[in-house]
Amino acid sequence: MTKGNLQETVKTGGCGECQASCQSACKTSCTVGNQVCEKKTK
Amino acid sequence: MDNRIHLFKIKGKNLLYDIESSSLHEVDDLTTEILKEFDGENDGEILRKFGDSAKDVLEDLHFLIKEGSLFAPKLELPKNYRPEGVVKSLCLMVAEDCNLACKYCFAEGGTYGHERAVMSPETGIRAIDFLLKTSPQREHYEIDFFGGEPLLNMETLKATTKYARDREKETGKTIKLTVTTNGILLTDEVINWLNENNISAVLSLDGRKEVHDRVRKDRGGNPTYDRALKNFQKLIKSRNGENYYIRGTYTRENLDFTKDVAAMYDAGFRILSMEPVVLKQGELAIRKEDLPRIFEEYDILTEYYLQKLKSGDPFNFFHFNIDLQGGPCLHKRVAACGAGHEYYAVSENGDLYPCHQFVGKDEYKLGDIASGVVNGNLPDKFRSAHIFNKGKCGDCFARYLCSGGCHANAVNMNNDLLLPYEIGCEIQKKRAECALYILSE
Repeated sequence: MTKGNLQETVKTGGCGECQASCQSACKTSCTVGNQVCEKKTK
Repeated sequence: MDNRIHLFKIKGKNLLYDIESSSLHEVDDLTTEILKEFDGENDGEILRKFGDSAKDVLEDLHFLIKEGSLFAPKLELPKNYRPEGVVKSLCLMVAEDCNLACKYCFAEGGTYGHERAVMSPETGIRAIDFLLKTSPQREHYEIDFFGGEPLLNMETLKATTKYARDREKETGKTIKLTVTTNGILLTDEVINWLNENNISAVLSLDGRKEVHDRVRKDRGGNPTYDRALKNFQKLIKSRNGENYYIRGTYTRENLDFTKDVAAMYDAGFRILSMEPVVLKQGELAIRKEDLPRIFEEYDILTEYYLQKLKSGDPFNFFHFNIDLQGGPCLHKRVAACGAGHEYYAVSENGDLYPCHQFVGKDEYKLGDIASGVVNGNLPDKFRSAHIFNKGKCGDCFARYLCSGGCHANAVNMNNDLLLPYEIGCEIQKKRAECALYILSE
């Protein structure tokens, strides 16, 4: 149905330019899976 | 069942989540039963138990294994996971003071347990310098103006914003600014200034008027809903419905919080978040025995969310956004919010803490913006508090979605950075299931 990309990101990830998760919206929430990758938004 | 997968059922639909690849599949009842015993290799055993009807299922499952979306190999901490964090975000406590006295406030009425105090413009400016100097390799930075109520200190807000925008131009970097506010001081002038300076807004509103007014009163004990709502609506309209989050808190007194999300929606807001209160005790605190009711409520919220999605006028709910194919990388997913190694809070006098929830806790003071981090062990401790070092996370299907939970909650509830807050975990898992179900629809 939906093939995830988590395994592939091991090689491509780690630039760290994404938002701090708590900072992105909620201030007490630490959900990370819903965040945007800055590399892909460029 | 193999611990690389998670099987669950929502509204009659069987879903299979492959944890290590973050893939999602809808499966029938027979496949669900087979998956409870199949490990990717024991075909003979499965055929003996389920008979010929299992043949086609096994063929399909082997196809998924081959394409990497079932029983994907166990992930480990990436080899290029930096041993030290690079700071990218600061939360500036511009006013350790508040014009409200919300019953559930973690910051003791916004004061963080001491005399009311505000940050000077110089401290705000020096905090920007600290960030740029500490992490020159970053392209994106974030500053959140926080409190208490940050709009009580417009002088510092304005001076720091001007300086941040000037430094952006000078360096070519991006500094994202956010303000978290209760809305009472959002005058036309403030709204215009926020818009002109492209400042995102996190707006505290608890949903229904009676729910909001019960817990969010001003210092004179007066209700605040009408004032906050009017100002938030004005702000949102002025920025074309963008660049904001309505952020609510639910407590034990409104476990029917879908009604509060609906009240936000009916008031015209479309970018929403509703969070459980985190309190150790008291009448508002969520208890373990509330969990079944809370799970039921997330199912109701899911239904409401899908109803609005299908109506053509959807809303964004923070916890239901999961992107399995384009979300964050593993490096991000193992290490939670970044508190203490990528994200610091700066108290009104310039002291550094792992995040806003640690402000005022002496043992968690990292240093200050003049001298930098002097408590050298703390960032390492936070950096290594990732899911592979948190025992509980190893068995949890949601580990790459939640990333180990809130450090402040772990410390406040369990006095242990490596032991996540249990009620938070249970709610997180339920929300993840709902989000995955929504993806499947």
